[in-house]
Amino acid sequence: MKLFLKDGTVIEGKSFGAPPAGGSVAGEVVFNTGMVGYPEAFTDPSYAGQILVCTYPLIGNYGVPAKKFFESQRVQIAGLVVSEYSEKYSHAKAVRSLADWLKKSGVPAISGVDTRTLTKRLREHGVLLGELVHSGKPKGFVDPNEENLVERVSPKKKQIYRGGPPPRRSGLRPREGGKPRIVAVDCGMKENILRSLLSRGATVIRVPWDYDFNKERYDGLLLSNGPGDPTMCAKTIENIRVAMKRGKPILGVCLGNQLLALAAGGKTYKLKYGHRSQNQPCVEQNTKRCYITSQNHGFAVDGKSLPSGWEEWFVNANDDSNEGIRHKTKPWSSVQFHPEASPGPTDTAWIFDEFVEQLKRQRAKGKSTDI
Amino acid sequence: MKSKPKKVLLLGSGGLKIGQAGEFDYSGSQAIKALKEEGIKVVLINPNIATIQTNETFADTVYFLPLTLQFATHVIKKERPDGILLGFGGQTALNLGLALDERGILKKYAVRVLGTPVSAIRNTEDRDLFVRCLNEIGVATPRSQAASTIPEAQKAAEKIGYPVMVRAGFALGGEGSGVVRDGTALSEKLKEVFRAVPQVLIEEYVGGWKEIEYEVVRDAADNCVTVCNMENIDPMGVHTGDSIVVAPSQTLTNEEYHRLREIAIRVIRHLGIVGECNIQYALHSKTGEYRVIEVNARLSRSSALASKATGYPLAFVAAMLALGYTLPELKNSVTKKTTACFEPALDYLVLKIPRWDITKFDHASSAIGSEMKSVGEVMAIGRSFEEVLQKALRMLNIGADGFTAHRSNNFQMPEYLKEIREPTTRRIFAIAEALKKGTSVQKIHALSGIDTWFLEKMKNITDFGRSLSRSDLGRNALLDAKKLGFSDRQVATLKKISEEKIRTLRKKYAILPSIKQVDTLAGEFPAKTNYLYLTYHGSEHDIKPGKHSAIVLGSGPYAIGSSVEFDWSGVQALSTLAKKGYQTIMINSNPETVSTDYDMSDRLYFEELSLERVLDIVEFEKPKGVIVSTGGQIPNNLALPLQKAGIKIFGTNPRNIDRAENRHAFSKLLDRLGIDQPAWAELTSPSAAIRAAEKIGYPVLVRPSYVLSGAAMSVALNRERLITYLQRAADVSPDHPVVISKFIENAREIEIDGVATQGSLLIYAITEHIENAGTHSGDATVVLPPQRTYLETTRRAKDVARAIVRELKITGPFNVQFIAKDNRLQVIECNVRASRSFPFVSKVTGYNFIDIATRAMLAPLERGVSLTGRGEDIHQRYQTLELDYVAVKSPQFSYGRIKGADPRSFVEMASTGEVACFGDTYGEALLKAMLASGFRLPKKNILVSLGKEENKLKLLSSMQLLVDLKFKLFATEHTADFLSVNGVACEKVYKISSKREPSVLSLIEEGAVDLIINIPTRAYERENTDGFIIRRKAVDMNIPLITNRQLAEAFVTALAEQKRNGLKAKAWDEYHS
Repeated sequence: MKLFLKDGTVIEGKSFGAPPAGGSVAGEVVFNTGMVGYPEAFTDPSYAGQILVCTYPLIGNYGVPAKKFFESQRVQIAGLVVSEYSEKYSHAKAVRSLADWLKKSGVPAISGVDTRTLTKRLREHGVLLGELVHSGKPKGFVDPNEENLVERVSPKKKQIYRGGPPPRRSGLRPREGGKPRIVAVDCGMKENILRSLLSRGATVIRVPWDYDFNKERYDGLLLSNGPGDPTMCAKTIENIRVAMKRGKPILGVCLGNQLLALAAGGKTYKLKYGHRSQNQPCVEQNTKRCYITSQNHGFAVDGKSLPSGWEEWFVNANDDSNEGIRHKTKPWSSVQFHPEASPGPTDTAWIFDEFVEQLKRQRAKGKSTDI
Repeated sequence: MKSKPKKVLLLGSGGLKIGQAGEFDYSGSQAIKALKEEGIKVVLINPNIATIQTNETFADTVYFLPLTLQFATHVIKKERPDGILLGFGGQTALNLGLALDERGILKKYAVRVLGTPVSAIRNTEDRDLFVRCLNEIGVATPRSQAASTIPEAQKAAEKIGYPVMVRAGFALGGEGSGVVRDGTALSEKLKEVFRAVPQVLIEEYVGGWKEIEYEVVRDAADNCVTVCNMENIDPMGVHTGDSIVVAPSQTLTNEEYHRLREIAIRVIRHLGIVGECNIQYALHSKTGEYRVIEVNARLSRSSALASKATGYPLAFVAAMLALGYTLPELKNSVTKKTTACFEPALDYLVLKIPRWDITKFDHASSAIGSEMKSVGEVMAIGRSFEEVLQKALRMLNIGADGFTAHRSNNFQMPEYLKEIREPTTRRIFAIAEALKKGTSVQKIHALSGIDTWFLEKMKNITDFGRSLSRSDLGRNALLDAKKLGFSDRQVATLKKISEEKIRTLRKKYAILPSIKQVDTLAGEFPAKTNYLYLTYHGSEHDIKPGKHSAIVLGSGPYAIGSSVEFDWSGVQALSTLAKKGYQTIMINSNPETVSTDYDMSDRLYFEELSLERVLDIVEFEKPKGVIVSTGGQIPNNLALPLQKAGIKIFGTNPRNIDRAENRHAFSKLLDRLGIDQPAWAELTSPSAAIRAAEKIGYPVLVRPSYVLSGAAMSVALNRERLITYLQRAADVSPDHPVVISKFIENAREIEIDGVATQGSLLIYAITEHIENAGTHSGDATVVLPPQRTYLETTRRAKDVARAIVRELKITGPFNVQFIAKDNRLQVIECNVRASRSFPFVSKVTGYNFIDIATRAMLAPLERGVSLTGRGEDIHQRYQTLELDYVAVKSPQFSYGRIKGADPRSFVEMASTGEVACFGDTYGEALLKAMLASGFRLPKKNILVSLGKEENKLKLLSSMQLLVDLKFKLFATEHTADFLSVNGVACEKVYKISSKREPSVLSLIEEGAVDLIINIPTRAYERENTDGFIIRRKAVDMNIPLITNRQLAEAFVTALAEQKRNGLKAKAWDEYHS
């Protein structure tokens, strides 16, 4: 099997996934530096359209667990590039091998690649379009960002989930304020965002990306993560503006950060090679506290473009890029990283605590936001 | 940020011992660098003279003093520091710090503890407090109960249910800990343990669970990161210091990895640690349950490993955090761009294997368990598990060529299943054997508890080895072999052709390793890192060859005989090379070193010190030359093969190094030069050997060539022993000749450490052993300047050294060992490399011998300098003989950890480290040095047991002196009779075998004596008698012990002198000025 890159590089390796339909698959080649969490990462819908390079050289060690542990219903990456695939796996929770899973999911994968050299190329050049060719000739590169990837991964209909009592650690008593209703705009939402809200006692109304959620009865709005260019989601942005006019509390995550910024009147841009890792240090601007965060994004908010009334909430300690925004007076905030982790560190789970708590307090005060 | 201190006292860790090795030279020297960068004055107490941190260029004031309450208090009183660091000198420093705090010394002199507060340290050290503390935040620990008496412990054990784990608090490396299966065993064990510690913990047994560690860093503003996690391949039950460890973890899912990480952070916040700490978990592989096993609120061996594994300078950062900096304020010193508040992402894996030296001790058990026994470790970096495993096994330098396909027969394991079930130091080779014999992975897993993931990878190696021996060696097969970590030599063994042929073939196929950087961020950001490794899982180098470079070969793993002194020498050589304008390159495999620090060389190759790998690097870098003479025996052995491969070796021509190393050639050379030496004979066959021995006369010394620390060197008193020893020697040094020579009894030993250029002597220092010949020079107590050697003898020694230097055209460091008896001076050994005592002689005389040696080695290459080195500033007059003070170097033993070993010296080295102290007199220096190696001065009762008439006679006046000093003597039967007849008051105790009371055993077990002087009857033979039991008991009960007559005499004299004059706490520079 061969990996073709747009800069002319051809890398040969061994196929261990599915033979792609039509002999090849094209996508945007990106790298992730996480050392654990491949089942979670591969099912993250934000990877839609991307050929993922794992910088950690041994992949597949602990097999693949049951579906309930995934971040979406299926493998989302377009293709996988690793240095070494571990054929033998070992874990009590594993139900199948990684190769088996990829084959069943129709996702091609290549091993035996010097992923460090490839990563350095991506770093220096920026993300590259690429094609994994199993047989025959390359069919040509495809830029997934020209497509509305969100539409591809977003659900088609609304669904309601009722959460359990909040865990004791959140510091909230179960009945305090009752269950807040949260609309989660699913632009490719990771399951763990849903789990995070439900475990804190919220009821979640999960809606498609272009759904007019303002017709729903809800206390707060969650904007999920998702793949690709945020400017593709014009409809979502429009709906967010309506919610803002009505003073609804909003929390954005990843793509949600970009959507909130765009709705507020800010700008987004494409990073040279994105942040895809579990060790991104983000500094909270008012406290100067630094958190280690899990990330997966290729686009970012231009912190300088924020209109008045808004401020940067978090900034990346390595490259100073924006990692979160919030309104100075209104209950609107968002983060570029993934407080739901999975994969990655759980340091910023408090962001969900605060969001749900805020909604509960609001309900307790009787400020119900029913239409 | 709190106000910065102006003067900080740093406590070092003392001599290297099992559980506390060179890693604390790394952490201490990093701390000093951090403090100096901040303009803070540093006062250091550390009697380990071979460390880099005690160099004059590091701390402002150095005290070579015992790390005891008494001396530390003196230093504080004198220096008045306003801050103290406790976390950089291992358990020794931590315990001393706690004692200083408890006694109110810190408060009295207003010394602020920097970093983790003392209360937090107590909460981690006192098991009961620790468990309570973690319970407060709902973190699970093994069910447990503290006990201070045996009945208490038994009650607790019954409640928890056997088997239980016994843990001794405040003990480094798990000393005194162990699994106990019933009540009888428990009380038996506790009798011993309660001698050393006041309290133990009886704990739920979690043997077989996965063992996982995290290294956590937290600042005073509560920012907290985990720098690294590690997974032990050997599950719970084998001490982590004795486990094979990988980083990052390999079999943990995201959920497990991050759950444990989150708990680690929660625990460290709750404990209030500021700086660095280590947390250990047991994790059940099926249920996912966890238990926190312990937290070390200080830099540890694991943190040194994590630092080298990730490139994150943990000790430096910890020191900065102790000063009040926050993590986001500090930069990642590898990328120089990104912040220190991050968690390294690895795009490689590392594997650590411990290095044991238990085979050096007769009777010592090679079983491993909850008490650490290893003396050192190696770390391999690579991009597949097979690669790092095989690399690391080679790095151990124990003759293994990897996991399989060894040339040596020493890795055949007849009882492999037993050694897998009951782990020994050779378990990994037992697994290899089992796999080769077709044992299933499942069965090995069931016996060992080792995760099948690791075992499957190991099976990949043995499977491939089997198939390679049958198939053709095409390009793909060879490439696959290299990716699985096979060395050229292993492939050669499998294919039954020469290693050179494989290398040639490999180059023909263009199969070459790639050089990769350790950059902390997996390539995400450009890094200026100089930290490198080689892998066959690569298509491209990360770097380009350097310019005008010079390579220094490091020392490899710490082992008995190869300790921190060779790291010191290597670092000095790097420093001189840098001053001379060379781009410096270090190759080393030992993570516990300063030489492998990111800022010690321009390029660090964390790699094997094998011919194949050194050639790989040399062929890429094309250096001006390689220094092989500062890293001890491993690099020294590479000198000739490297030269044969066309590589320029700095200093003495390797052919001449070989003439000194080859015992036969060297003995012939001495004969030709007319230099006196003990009668000798080369061995061609056992029968010839026996004939020769009979001609020379027993006792004879059996000496293999090219070995360090007298490996397999033995004194044979008779024919039977000779045959046994010859076999051992042949195993250790199969390619090199063995020589036997007359063993000269009752002779004194002196040594010359020196530096020469082009065959002429530049500088030398003469040291004298307190013990007579028969004690290995590494185990001897050494004095500088000599106290008992006549000027005439020293002059003759110097003349002999000159003759050897001239004959071997030595350029660089060398060492000659002599024995002196009845006005005869005989040469017994010459090493054309830096010896163990180079740091000692350098620091005592005030001349840096390695700096001079390095400049001598470079001189011929320098423009405008004649070949004689004239014009170089190395030709000055060095005064090393007449000093206004005395320094004594004492060995540091670790017998407490080596169960069953006889704690007395032989010709084969047994000590794990050394310490040295200065004094205005010989006696003062000796006592301080002994105290620094863990000895305690007796208060009242002394047990003496003197074997042999001669020893009794010669020690009679010393015994009288002890009585005059108001000590009470207890003596074993014959000794008591002898002393009584000669008018020395003593109380008789009976032999163990006589079953009469008071017996020597009950006297010791009651803890009634403060010192035991036991001089064995048979000086050079290993014995199993009452004497052995007395000595062993002394060690197990932690009672000071002297087993050598000359040392006993010197000690008693010194003790009398000390009663009059006391011991002074003077700084190093006060002696020099």
